[in-house]
Amino acid sequence: MKFTKIALLLSSTALLPNLASAGTLEQVLEKGIVSCGVSTGIPGFSSADSKGVWEGLDVDFCRSVAAAVLGSADKVKYIPLTAKERFTALQSGEVDLLSRTTTWTATRDTSLGLNFAGVNYYDGQGFLVNKKLGITSAKELNGATFCIQAGTTTELNLTDYFKSTGMEYKAVTYDTSGQTIDGFKKGRCDAVTSDASQLYGLRLKMDDPNSVMVLPEIISKEPLGPAVRQGDDAWFNIVRWTLFASLEAEELGVTSSNVDAMLKSKNPSVMRLLGTTGTAGENLGLKANWAYTIVKEVGNYAESFDKHVGKDSPLGISRGFNKLWNQGGLMYPMPIR
Amino acid sequence: MAVYTLKEAQPAPSSNRGLFFWLRENLFSDITNSFFTLLGCYIIYLIVPPLIDWMIIDATWTGTKEEIVKSGARWIFIIEKFDQFMYGFYPEALHWRPNLVLLLCAAFIVAMKYVQHMKIKIAMILLLPVISFILISGGWFGLETVETEQWGGLMLTMIVAAVGIIASFPLGIVLALGRQSHMPIVKSLSVGFIEFVRGVPLITILFMASVVLPLFFQDGIDFDKLLRALIGITLFQSAYIAEVVRGGLQAIPKGQYEAADSLGLGYWQGMILVILPQALKISIPNIVGSFIALFKDTTLVLIIGLFDVLAMVTLTTSDTNWLGFEVEGYVFVTMIYWCICFSMSQYSKSVERKFNTEH
Repeated sequence: MKFTKIALLLSSTALLPNLASAGTLEQVLEKGIVSCGVSTGIPGFSSADSKGVWEGLDVDFCRSVAAAVLGSADKVKYIPLTAKERFTALQSGEVDLLSRTTTWTATRDTSLGLNFAGVNYYDGQGFLVNKKLGITSAKELNGATFCIQAGTTTELNLTDYFKSTGMEYKAVTYDTSGQTIDGFKKGRCDAVTSDASQLYGLRLKMDDPNSVMVLPEIISKEPLGPAVRQGDDAWFNIVRWTLFASLEAEELGVTSSNVDAMLKSKNPSVMRLLGTTGTAGENLGLKANWAYTIVKEVGNYAESFDKHVGKDSPLGISRGFNKLWNQGGLMYPMPIR
Repeated sequence: MAVYTLKEAQPAPSSNRGLFFWLRENLFSDITNSFFTLLGCYIIYLIVPPLIDWMIIDATWTGTKEEIVKSGARWIFIIEKFDQFMYGFYPEALHWRPNLVLLLCAAFIVAMKYVQHMKIKIAMILLLPVISFILISGGWFGLETVETEQWGGLMLTMIVAAVGIIASFPLGIVLALGRQSHMPIVKSLSVGFIEFVRGVPLITILFMASVVLPLFFQDGIDFDKLLRALIGITLFQSAYIAEVVRGGLQAIPKGQYEAADSLGLGYWQGMILVILPQALKISIPNIVGSFIALFKDTTLVLIIGLFDVLAMVTLTTSDTNWLGFEVEGYVFVTMIYWCICFSMSQYSKSVERKFNTEH
């Protein structure tokens, strides 16, 4: 712990100006590969299949950047990082891009020498409850027993939520997250609370996943997004607009299967996205067909979401906040023009 | 006159031999002893049959995840992920390379037993790590390069342990000799290094190597993460080996040092020919003990994002198609560790016997 603090301290003061070097794009083009920091295994976001191939929502984002910059989604070197070393890896240049379920907070954005390029998953604390409670909303949780890990932010959020809604809960407290889950599994409590994205994974670990359900309410903000080094605006732009491009593709109905047909589209937005008109690619320092390659090789945001965490994956997370803005969600790609 | 005739030796009376005698003597000699025997039997009864049920009888060995009906261990998970547990992300087509290295190591251990010629032995000791490195990392002789990010699983555990053991041993001996030296600078440097390293936990050293060190490098210099960890582990282990060897050195009677001197041997000659062979021999149990500890300590590399065999459990169970198989994963890894550590201690026993000169 101590050393991480020292590391952060060092990086946030004297070393930063040297590290914030420009030219990540040039380096990536020269190496011919994007070094992408991922997790050491988070279901649905970055993990490996039985063949050892990385997959997940965050992994797809790495692939999108590689597709945009290098013209091939496979030109990614995955660097698995633990939560503690992820920022150093970015600051020291070990990775060009951090795509590892990292929450965008003020402290991280300002004092760690990194910039968040956007949000690729709006997460937040939710509730996993036993179905025999017979409730469908968190507002009915009054009097429920919770398995909680002592001394965590989730516990604080839970207390705040119940105070603000004037409800009460009983707590069964545990030391580690493993014990907490085990307590829930064994029926010591009616509900557990954690980040929603994790609850869906947890649900599948139950002996009978259908005996429990995730409630729709979210009580805290955990915007997860990709981050880059501060001070390299060209690279920052590329990463940010890669995210927007895959969202814009979803909004315009461009998918990996129809993208070739879409090249002939007369819709000006589609034409600008796919580079048949306009100079979006050129302005980013990329090829005109940068977004075409993203959609062709990785797919749009909806495709990635459904495949890895959404309805086509065992996790089955509903889109919720991660719907597009015009469908009631928070995903709002800035216009490409 | 009575003539003495040799009588045939009689077998011991039936009450003094056989299974019952042994049981009575060892397990039921008095009330306390009997009580603990029964208690022990009861505990074994509580643990072992369910364990066998879970591990073998009720276990699922074949089929797919969806077909599981039995309540025991679902070993199909291990079978499905076996390659990852063994090789990590090492490309499947190249698995023969680490396999070959393992084969070479086995051959090496056998050869060390039978080859008597010292020069051949030394040549083998020096060549094996080089050949192994070239085979695993590639890049020479037309072998495809495999980057260290792709190394993982048991292979990585073995590499980290092997490098830690092989590199720390000579370094540890030098440090031990340095600590015993009469030259003040050498001595204080050795003591300083040993005490500093032994004063910090391995996890801190690994954190330094992975989190702090990169900040001091110039931009663009990409110092391999595995290499950083290996250097950290080697330095850490060498301090412990140094102390173990020092124990051996101090157990050698002063007469041996004087004998070496009076034969006209110089410092290094005396050390290599007279003192170290004896000191190392009596240190074998402790050296092996600390190597076994190191082998288990290698799991700490998981906190810096290297996928050793234990970290592989986290990764493989985060595959959305295989969620909730942690227990099988951890049991499997436990068995691997036990087998390897047990083999190491058995090997050390055989080495001890070989060097046992009964004095």
